[in-house]
Amino acid sequence: MSDSAAPLTTADGVPLKVSLRRAVRRSKFKALLLVSPLLLFLGIAFVIPIFEMLSRSVANPEVSTSLPRTVAALENWDRQALPDEPVFEALVEDLREGQAARNLGLLASRLNYERSGMRSAINRTARGLGSMEPPYREAMLDAHARWGELDTWKLIERESSPYTMTYYLSALDRHLTPDGEITMAPDNQQIHVSLFWRTFWMSGLITLMTLLLGYPIAFLLANLPLRHSNLLMILVLLPFWTSLLVRTTTWIAILQSQGVLNDMMVFLGVIADEARWQMIHNKIGTVVAMTHILLPFMILPLYSVMKTIPPSYMRAARSLGGRPFLCFRRVYFPLTIPGIAAGGILVFILSIGYYITPALVGGQSGRFITNYIAYHMQTSLNWGLAAAIASILLFVVVVFYLVFNRLVGVDKVKLG
Amino acid sequence: MKPITRNRALKGAGIAVAGLSALAVAVSAHAQQTLNIVSWGGAYSMSQERAYHEPWMEMTGDEIVNIDRSANALAGLRSQSQAGNVTWDLVDMLPADAMIACAEGLIEPLDHDELLADAPDGTPPSEDFVDGALGECFVASIVYSNIVGFNTEMFPEDGQPSTIEDVFDLENYPGQRALMRRPINNLEWALIADGVDRDDVYDMLETEEGIERAFAKLDTIKDNVIWWEEGAQPPQLLADREVAFASAYNGRIFDAMVSENQPFDIIWDAQVFELDGWVVPTGKLDKVRDYLYFATDTQRLADQAQYISYGPARLSSSDLVSTHAETGIEMTPHMPTYEPNFATAIQKDDEFWADYLDELSQRFDAWLAQ
Repeated sequence: MSDSAAPLTTADGVPLKVSLRRAVRRSKFKALLLVSPLLLFLGIAFVIPIFEMLSRSVANPEVSTSLPRTVAALENWDRQALPDEPVFEALVEDLREGQAARNLGLLASRLNYERSGMRSAINRTARGLGSMEPPYREAMLDAHARWGELDTWKLIERESSPYTMTYYLSALDRHLTPDGEITMAPDNQQIHVSLFWRTFWMSGLITLMTLLLGYPIAFLLANLPLRHSNLLMILVLLPFWTSLLVRTTTWIAILQSQGVLNDMMVFLGVIADEARWQMIHNKIGTVVAMTHILLPFMILPLYSVMKTIPPSYMRAARSLGGRPFLCFRRVYFPLTIPGIAAGGILVFILSIGYYITPALVGGQSGRFITNYIAYHMQTSLNWGLAAAIASILLFVVVVFYLVFNRLVGVDKVKLG
Repeated sequence: MKPITRNRALKGAGIAVAGLSALAVAVSAHAQQTLNIVSWGGAYSMSQERAYHEPWMEMTGDEIVNIDRSANALAGLRSQSQAGNVTWDLVDMLPADAMIACAEGLIEPLDHDELLADAPDGTPPSEDFVDGALGECFVASIVYSNIVGFNTEMFPEDGQPSTIEDVFDLENYPGQRALMRRPINNLEWALIADGVDRDDVYDMLETEEGIERAFAKLDTIKDNVIWWEEGAQPPQLLADREVAFASAYNGRIFDAMVSENQPFDIIWDAQVFELDGWVVPTGKLDKVRDYLYFATDTQRLADQAQYISYGPARLSSSDLVSTHAETGIEMTPHMPTYEPNFATAIQKDDEFWADYLDELSQRFDAWLAQ
């Protein structure tokens, strides 16, 4: 190639570079058009909800929108004693407006999360507003004891900003004191941190179990003659195609105290009728059922890696005098590490996000943090807290993914 | 390959059935309107269907679609309202949830005397309904009760339990207990079993000392408790003899006693009763006005008691309560409001639980995890 001064041109005199760029741009545009339905779908079903979840975990609009006058009136408050009449008057006006617009419920819930009793303070006060007359300070102190407590006013002032970190703090069993310091929640109210740890170590255990059970099966799949390995493959895939709920409830039938396994053990005389094993509605139930359900996600990536290892490597190792175990450890096993890593990360990430199976077979001790997300979504209706817990979980998954990508490379993950 | 073809055939049949029923709905919607009514499912929805829905559909030709979502009704109303697409027309929910939904503007305030039927003798609704049955946005249809039931065959004939203290007495009444996995009811019962007067229970629970006392009492039976979450579990656990006692809704235990001849009995001592009834999602009042008038009149509430042992929320209905529709047994002695059953009853304090449920649930969960 010469690097002469005159640029290359096409037949009609357009510089070659420009012409090329144009052609590439056109095909790029076509490609974009083809993937646009998928991009749109991902945006609507994935990116927007995640963004929504992240913003909900810090959003704190209740106090600032429902009590604008009170917040403004509190600006010059010294935080040492109960506020004066103008603040109470502002609060009464805000509550009157909220009562007319019927939107005090969210404010009451929000403040009650931080301080029990605030819900009835607001609801009861709002009901009595019609007959309330100045001076409002006395009238409000009569209406509910919470208005006479300094901490109530500190709370309103603190939560007047449109963003809050209290949801993340409660997700980590911490809370803010009235003066804004972060402290641990009392021992008898700590619940989330231990559940995070339990979710992680049990998911790790489940990953290990799937590896121990899946590795030999994947090896057989990759090395048996086609006839037999096909049959084996069907045995792996059939449960994979069966409904998750069916597989989970089957384990209940097998493991419960009046179940198949216990009955058999009693029949064989291994255990006494009164001393049946408790294998379900606890950690054992969760580990057994989830190991079974997630097994294919370990087997398939392992199989796809093992399939590519030529049998001649092992033969060569043996012919050089290696004993079988040494050959396996030094030659075969290192070659399967990408498969182990791929299966491991798949099973681990899937299992920390599982929630139906732990809910059905986990009882009290086999529950995951995901069950608490569902609880806060559906029962306690504290969506901010649910979003904060889910965001922490998402963060952990992203960290695991980045570490995995760094060590192994995501392009190594294959399912068959 | 056999399973796959069979699967496909089944799927095909499923689609055909779904298509037919969709067609049926579409045809009737042309002529009349369709009401989406949310309720609890199970025996309770069935009693509503017999007492309200079927006569109404026959009378007007309307189509009524039952949706079993009451357990999460508040979450459902919130998300439908946020999405700007409310599809529910009438919702059966608890007064505590109704209070929250009302304060958030999710449901319509109701003018009871204008909207509801008078009693046959002309008494206006505001006087005919029992105390607390008419909330700002709420109209109760039943009084139900949280009780502890037991399997009579698991105790000797002369040693049947009868009080809430017996539930906490492992020595004289051994066996597992099934309790609902939530602080509500359990804390009240623990305090009463510990000797607290039933009028002081909620005042005690507002103090740290009272909460600790309740948990300490629950600690004494903690190792013998199976925690349930679905209303169908307690009768099942009792029937399987997995537990000797089970807390439950009184209607479920009654249903198992009469319909399945289970050897169960109910400890009415310290029953925690509460109401349940209708709310109207915002903007749906005109659509359901006539139905609501019909379904809350004296006769309809009395009719419902033929199918399930929940007391009607109208005083005027009590005299009309007759016998169980299938077995013909007298319903009155099985009602939570029957005088001997009601003597030591506690009314669930909705305001207390509205304030303290979040905090006490967390504490309860932490206590369970210990």
